[in-house]
Amino acid sequence: MTKRAPLSLLIFVIVYLLFLYAPVVLLPLFAFNDSAIIAFPLDGFTMKWFWALGEEESLFRALKNSLIIAVSASLLSTCFGLLTARALARHQFLGKQAIFGLIMAPLFLPEIIIGVSILIVLMQLGLNLSIWTVIAGHVLIVTPFSVSILTTSFSNMDRSLEEASLDLGETNFGTFRRVILPLVAPGLISSLLIGFTISLDEFVIAFFLTGTDPTLPVYIWSMLRFPSKLPTVMALGFVLLVMSLILLSLFEYFRRRSEKLTGGYGKTQHHIAQEGE
Amino acid sequence: MSAVGTLRSKIKSSVPGWRLIGGPFLFGFLLLLTPLLLMILLSFWTQNYLKLDRTFTINNYVEVFSHPVYFTLIKRSLNISLLVTLTTVLLAFPVAYYISFYGGKRKAFLLFLITIPFWTSYLLRIFLWKIILGYNGVINSGLMSLNIIEEPLSFILYNSNAVVLALAHAYAPFAILPIFVSLEKIDRSLLEAGRDLGDSALRSFFHITLPLAMPGLIAAALIIFIPTIGDYVTPRLVGGTDGLMIANMIQVQFSKANNAPLGTALAIVSLSIVVFISLLFILINRRYLRRQV
Repeated sequence: MTKRAPLSLLIFVIVYLLFLYAPVVLLPLFAFNDSAIIAFPLDGFTMKWFWALGEEESLFRALKNSLIIAVSASLLSTCFGLLTARALARHQFLGKQAIFGLIMAPLFLPEIIIGVSILIVLMQLGLNLSIWTVIAGHVLIVTPFSVSILTTSFSNMDRSLEEASLDLGETNFGTFRRVILPLVAPGLISSLLIGFTISLDEFVIAFFLTGTDPTLPVYIWSMLRFPSKLPTVMALGFVLLVMSLILLSLFEYFRRRSEKLTGGYGKTQHHIAQEGE
Repeated sequence: MSAVGTLRSKIKSSVPGWRLIGGPFLFGFLLLLTPLLLMILLSFWTQNYLKLDRTFTINNYVEVFSHPVYFTLIKRSLNISLLVTLTTVLLAFPVAYYISFYGGKRKAFLLFLITIPFWTSYLLRIFLWKIILGYNGVINSGLMSLNIIEEPLSFILYNSNAVVLALAHAYAPFAILPIFVSLEKIDRSLLEAGRDLGDSALRSFFHITLPLAMPGLIAAALIIFIPTIGDYVTPRLVGGTDGLMIANMIQVQFSKANNAPLGTALAIVSLSIVVFISLLFILINRRYLRRQV
């Protein structure tokens, strides 16, 4: 069925892919390069930048901060996303459009505006910057993603399953725990992962709202000013890339598995429907 | 009486929905709406070092619009982000088209291939462009070793073109994915019908594929335009002094210059531009959709 692509299009796509990969292939080159200067020609092979990475104590503190922030932000925004998606899918209420607009608005604002506006409030209230202020900023920007992912999950959900559970005497909470939650579980996992990834990599809001506890991107930013630290930063970047690719592959593996499960279920249903005819 | 009655029943039926959405709403109210309103208020105040003067004044806005520095930065930010939007969408379209129409069974793999380079830190991705374009960078040392140039080229880094290049790279997947989704939705039988009725390949592309892909193109444009106009990192790393953008100035006002009210006024002016242009994009999209119907 698939036709051959015109040669010019194929060449364009290959050149574009080279463009996309151009920066990232440099990471391993300089991470393993035995020279303190980031420039060509390359010298020899070394692992020393990775060992140097292990001795950066402030790096591990920044990583710890970032992990705390990313986990909290993704959990909180997923809860918010769940509540919002549920309310939008199942209830009619006054101010629905306005409230929905407010919750989704961060998607349409440059991050610097969000960073600045929260900073102003904190300044006026005389509050100190801390991990919590960064979490607040990140929850704000991640929630719209959680809402859109979970809205899709809810709209794909068969409402009659829920009604059946209630008719059969389950309580509201029991229905939520035993019927709704398992059905939207893949959406919840995607929402958590997206939130975690966005928060872990977010720089501008963290830069404005971070106090004495820098996040990983804020720490990397401070390292970029010192030329002597650059090879270590390259090693760090390479480690980050490899780790996220491993995580991503695991995620893809589980997604496929769950798809196989639900896909199988869908097939049987389709079968039954056909037999019914 | 009945009006009050319907209102009361409306409120009553609203309660379950409100109970669910109350938390997220309160969060957005306290951390987005209140800060934005406070921002507007602050932009009409003035600050002397650490003392805040709360008398109402439009001086900050007068300064933003009269001082050529701010005007230049705002104009440049707008130019850069519009240029980035245009180039990224134009370059991404053929790639999305290839994956959607010729990807076959490898579609998921091809999409994965496109996202791999973006799974490392945003800061490092931008920084690596500095290594590619720099004085001793990949391009210069490459061209020198091939004896094409004798002196390193200095005009490729630290200007607004470098910013456009780095941003067009950073936002590539955000353009490819929505365009791909809109191309996937196109009913292929429409194209076949067009072909059968004698349309040339070019004609069916401009009359069927492109109009139907328009929502994806507009979405991609918005997704790129909104964050790039306020980008802070890229101009700082590869922009030099000629490539600085408005976000850099806002940050300076909040730190070194210690003039939060002026920084806020700058932020509000940029935000107004973002909102205005985004609405324009959305309006164009509406027009387009209506014409199709």
